[in-house]
Amino acid sequence: MKKIGSLLVTALLALSISACGTTADQTAGTSPDAAKSGEGTKKYVFGTDATYPPFEFEKDGKYVGIDVELINAIAKEEGFEVELKPMDFKGIIPAITAKQLDGAIAGISITEERKQVVALSEPYYKAGLSLVVREDNTEIKGPDDLKGKVIAIKKGTTGAKQADELAKKHGAQVKYFDDSPAMFQEVVNKNADVTIEDYPVVSYKIAVDPASKLKIVGDRLNGDFYGIAVSKDNTELMKKINDGLKKVKDSGKLDEIINKYMKSESK
Amino acid sequence: MTSSWQVILDAVPVLLEGSLITLKIVSISLAIAFVIGLISGLMSTSSNKLLRVPALFYVDLIRGTPLLVQVFFIYLGLPVFLDIRIPAEAAGIAAISLNAGAYISEIFRGGINSIHRGQMEAARSLGMSRYLTMRLVILPQAIRRMTPAFVNQVIVSIKDTSLLSVIGIRELTQSGEIIIAENFRAFEIWGVVGIFYFIIIYALSWLARRLERRFAVK
Repeated sequence: MKKIGSLLVTALLALSISACGTTADQTAGTSPDAAKSGEGTKKYVFGTDATYPPFEFEKDGKYVGIDVELINAIAKEEGFEVELKPMDFKGIIPAITAKQLDGAIAGISITEERKQVVALSEPYYKAGLSLVVREDNTEIKGPDDLKGKVIAIKKGTTGAKQADELAKKHGAQVKYFDDSPAMFQEVVNKNADVTIEDYPVVSYKIAVDPASKLKIVGDRLNGDFYGIAVSKDNTELMKKINDGLKKVKDSGKLDEIINKYMKSESK
Repeated sequence: MTSSWQVILDAVPVLLEGSLITLKIVSISLAIAFVIGLISGLMSTSSNKLLRVPALFYVDLIRGTPLLVQVFFIYLGLPVFLDIRIPAEAAGIAAISLNAGAYISEIFRGGINSIHRGQMEAARSLGMSRYLTMRLVILPQAIRRMTPAFVNQVIVSIKDTSLLSVIGIRELTQSGEIIIAENFRAFEIWGVVGIFYFIIIYALSWLARRLERRFAVK
């Protein structure tokens, strides 16, 4: 027993020491990247959603989408490196203010509230929100039919803000989710009557997934512009992003990227 | 439309990668948690108030708050205060370690208290020091009794790592979320993710039962 005991203790100690080693390495590994400008290019950590096609999602183990290609195009123009870090949308802006991220590209609508806490780039896309229902739903044709209905939405989005306002105005109930797939599923499963999501995201989903059982109803609601978020005190990075974005826009590369993923969109 | 089997087959490699990250985080965290739990558990059974009170406070603090809040606090709260960057994995490991450490501390306290105090008195009267008695008499017996509770905590911690998906760690649950975002197949993918967790935990339970039988008092 004594032998087993001391063996156990030794093993545990060794394990935890090596564990502390890894953790320390990781801590050391990320932050000095930005400082390492002397050798090679600067590397910035950008938050993204990764569950938000066609803007950012994973295909065959690689991050793809409009936002992913755009940030890479900007980085190429301006000569910096990008490390994408997928996380929950609602955590992205807090993570920038906490300096856990240098910036983020995640279909972030430019709003006054967000401008208070992070810097937002020039707009690169006009999204607009749509009401989405199950395909067999004939009751809801527009915002006026929302009385007594359940709206599923994603936490921390402009769609969520819109839903709160509509719910108050028309007497509907709001249910909150962490990501778009869960929110769509809620409508498909009939636990919610309707969801509000950025138009391109829904139209992409309906186009790619014939079994989606969803349809868009009514006109597009207010049109928000997407921008790239950057930590407020990082004016250097903000300048690079805006300069790069301008170059990508002027060269027609941005339209090219958008068209590549928006083939399904009729407009 | 792709068949369910194809969807599952395509998902398996990604989910395996996620499982490995889950296992890595859990094993590092639990190794640290075991050390924290042992120290804190010994402190909480001490008769010295200066040792006992901080240990009990730590346990109450961790048990009294949800793990999700602890994760957000460490990853999103602390960096604001300390003005440093904490990588998601380190924050996740810290959260799980501190959380499991508190529960393991209580397991140790219960295990140590379950050994009749007469044994401590007997060993002390033989001239053994408190430390030696603890190491050679009390702990070896207590640890045996603690095994089922400890295995239980390991299982709880494995499942708890799914909460780390919120800070962007690509463990098993997050891997599932990412696949569903691409193919929208909630039924198949969540089903397989569940099976993966079950396999990991079932294998562990089986191993634990075997070990328990080996170390059982005959």
